[in-house]
Amino acid sequence: MAEELTVVDHPRAAAKFVRDDARAHWHDQALWFVRVKRDRMAQSLPEWETLRAKAAEIKAHTVGHLAEYLEQFERQATALGAKVHWAADAAEHNQIVLDILQRHGVKQVAKSKSMLTEECHLNPFLERHGITVVDTDLGEWIVQLRGEPPSHIVLPAIHIKKEEVGELFHRKLGTEAGATDPKYLTEAARYKLRQVFLESQAGITGVNFAIAETGGIVVCTNEGNADLGVSLPKLHIACMGIEKLIPRAADLGVFLRLLARSATGQPITTYSSHFHGPAPSGELHIVLVDNGRSSILGNDDYRRSLHCIRCGACMNTCPVYRRSGGHSYGATVPGPIGSILNPARDPGRYATLPYACSLCGSCTDVCPVKINLHEQLLTWRRDIAAAGKLSWSKQAAMKAAAFVLARPGLYRLAGKVARFSLRHLPRLLLYGPWNPWGRQRELPRAPRRSFREQYARRPKP
Amino acid sequence: MPRVGLFIPCYVDQFYPEVGLATVDLLHRYGCDTDYPTAQTCCGQPMANTGCVEQAAPLARRFVEIFAQYDYVVCPSGSCTAMVRHHYEEYFHGDATYARLRERVFELTEFLVDVLGVQRVEGSFPYRVGLHQSCHGLRELRLARSSETVGPAFNKTRQLLESLDGIEFAELTRPDECCGFGGTFAVNEEAVSCMMGLDRVHDHLQAGTQVLTSNDMSCLMHLDGLIRRQGQPIRVMHVAEILAGRAVEPLPKRHA
Repeated sequence: MAEELTVVDHPRAAAKFVRDDARAHWHDQALWFVRVKRDRMAQSLPEWETLRAKAAEIKAHTVGHLAEYLEQFERQATALGAKVHWAADAAEHNQIVLDILQRHGVKQVAKSKSMLTEECHLNPFLERHGITVVDTDLGEWIVQLRGEPPSHIVLPAIHIKKEEVGELFHRKLGTEAGATDPKYLTEAARYKLRQVFLESQAGITGVNFAIAETGGIVVCTNEGNADLGVSLPKLHIACMGIEKLIPRAADLGVFLRLLARSATGQPITTYSSHFHGPAPSGELHIVLVDNGRSSILGNDDYRRSLHCIRCGACMNTCPVYRRSGGHSYGATVPGPIGSILNPARDPGRYATLPYACSLCGSCTDVCPVKINLHEQLLTWRRDIAAAGKLSWSKQAAMKAAAFVLARPGLYRLAGKVARFSLRHLPRLLLYGPWNPWGRQRELPRAPRRSFREQYARRPKP
Repeated sequence: MPRVGLFIPCYVDQFYPEVGLATVDLLHRYGCDTDYPTAQTCCGQPMANTGCVEQAAPLARRFVEIFAQYDYVVCPSGSCTAMVRHHYEEYFHGDATYARLRERVFELTEFLVDVLGVQRVEGSFPYRVGLHQSCHGLRELRLARSSETVGPAFNKTRQLLESLDGIEFAELTRPDECCGFGGTFAVNEEAVSCMMGLDRVHDHLQAGTQVLTSNDMSCLMHLDGLIRRQGQPIRVMHVAEILAGRAVEPLPKRHA
């Protein structure tokens, strides 16, 4: 895929997004609204912080014993009649899915939302082999019809306005021109998707939680599309990253209580569907995918990023994400968690992402499984600098600053020159295109004397 | 009388000396003896936050050498305090001198409340004040409860300000959203940084803020830069200046 070759330039993509001020504010408000709903739900549970701590503890334990739990899961799921497959990377995952579909002569698949299949670029792969894939989550379907990737992991079409959906549906589904009523548009989508559910020969779903103890999987949706997609066809393929495991059924309650509250501010997703083995006379295939996860597992600094339950709360709260849009991250998972996971896959391509962050720490405080997101983003900056992936200008600026700051005499002189310049240089010189600070901001009003000079001169008490 | 080493951030030393002087006045008012070690420059945060740990390390070592001798080290910045308290460990790996110093480095309002036990500050400030919670003070030093977390509310800075006669608070729609300064982020991601800052300014305008204050002059430098460019009727003051009883500079004529 050509896009994978280009380096993601977040500041540039973000500046483009911000240039449409009204739209950027609309996007910011839409996601802030979700954050506020999340706050209300969190505040309604006095035990919220205990739940977060418990979830983090369960995840740390699971990730620490991942191999054993994966094997236990495989044994239990197999005993229930499911077929478990192991995929080391995206290519292997895609091939496994294709083989299963081809063996069953499948021409069309109804797929519910799965960020893993997005990560593996499953859709274009299957399409190249003549299999039609329809994303049945409404938001996912909208972005699929537009031929673009999701911009958010929970709200894939959050960047699209209802007028644009109306226009898209008019072109693709033949709805009335100029229609913007969400109810009308949703009904039209629903009608079309029902046909997809009736016609498809297989259903693909993601997995929110896989329970090692029982071998069951749990899929959470608000639209019931996962259930519909796998109810009629005899074939259900569930694709999951290996970090989706939890040890026991009893642990599930902790996560179900946190997931929807964090994601959309609902007490629980409308559908939390449990699949324990295949439907009678059907087949259930579960594909366990690594795709870089075990190398994160081996890293002390980033291991906790595997706790992620993909709730999207860090995106909704991130002041940068809200104002730069998911596509500015150039990856399936955007936002704070994406800025940690993507550099692990390709530090060169994603070197700007850990810097697309003011280090405000809101993501860390909002995360239901207590991933220290902003600390990991800072650690990524260290690793990116160490790998020589910082721009020459940034490196030079930091080296020069450190040289001056290690020498108090030089620092005093530099300060004096800076203050003198700020007071006396003409505006034209101070506010040129070389000064990004001054594009929209005034520089500080420089005093004649520094604090240290005034402190030394002040009358002693 | 505790001997306090004044940790004055480099940009405060150079651009906002009045904030340092207000800090000194407050510490004297509450019975501290202050000393300003002139060898200090910068804690190294800009380098560390860019990932240049090699450049930050010598500055961190200098800092600890310079400040190890004091009973307490007090700083009118949540961000610089957080750098020393939470991000120095990787340069010292359990070093005993640093470990001792770490326990004695405080942001100004937390030092007043937690160490000196100041309950109320004498004085009056008859203005509507917008308190900007700087992120590092809030989420790293825990000077207040952040809006994301659940539990009993507290706010050390507001508690001190509230005791001033006549003060009112502007109530914001987003109580603790980041202003978008973020160090080098302010120039590296200029577009998003300024949009974040302007959104904060507008929140303060709709809430009727007359004086915008914070524990961190860096956030205020960014916000003030936007406010002055746009000619908005808001004055910016560091918390130390308000608590020390400094006067509010009048707004330019066009707002009168």
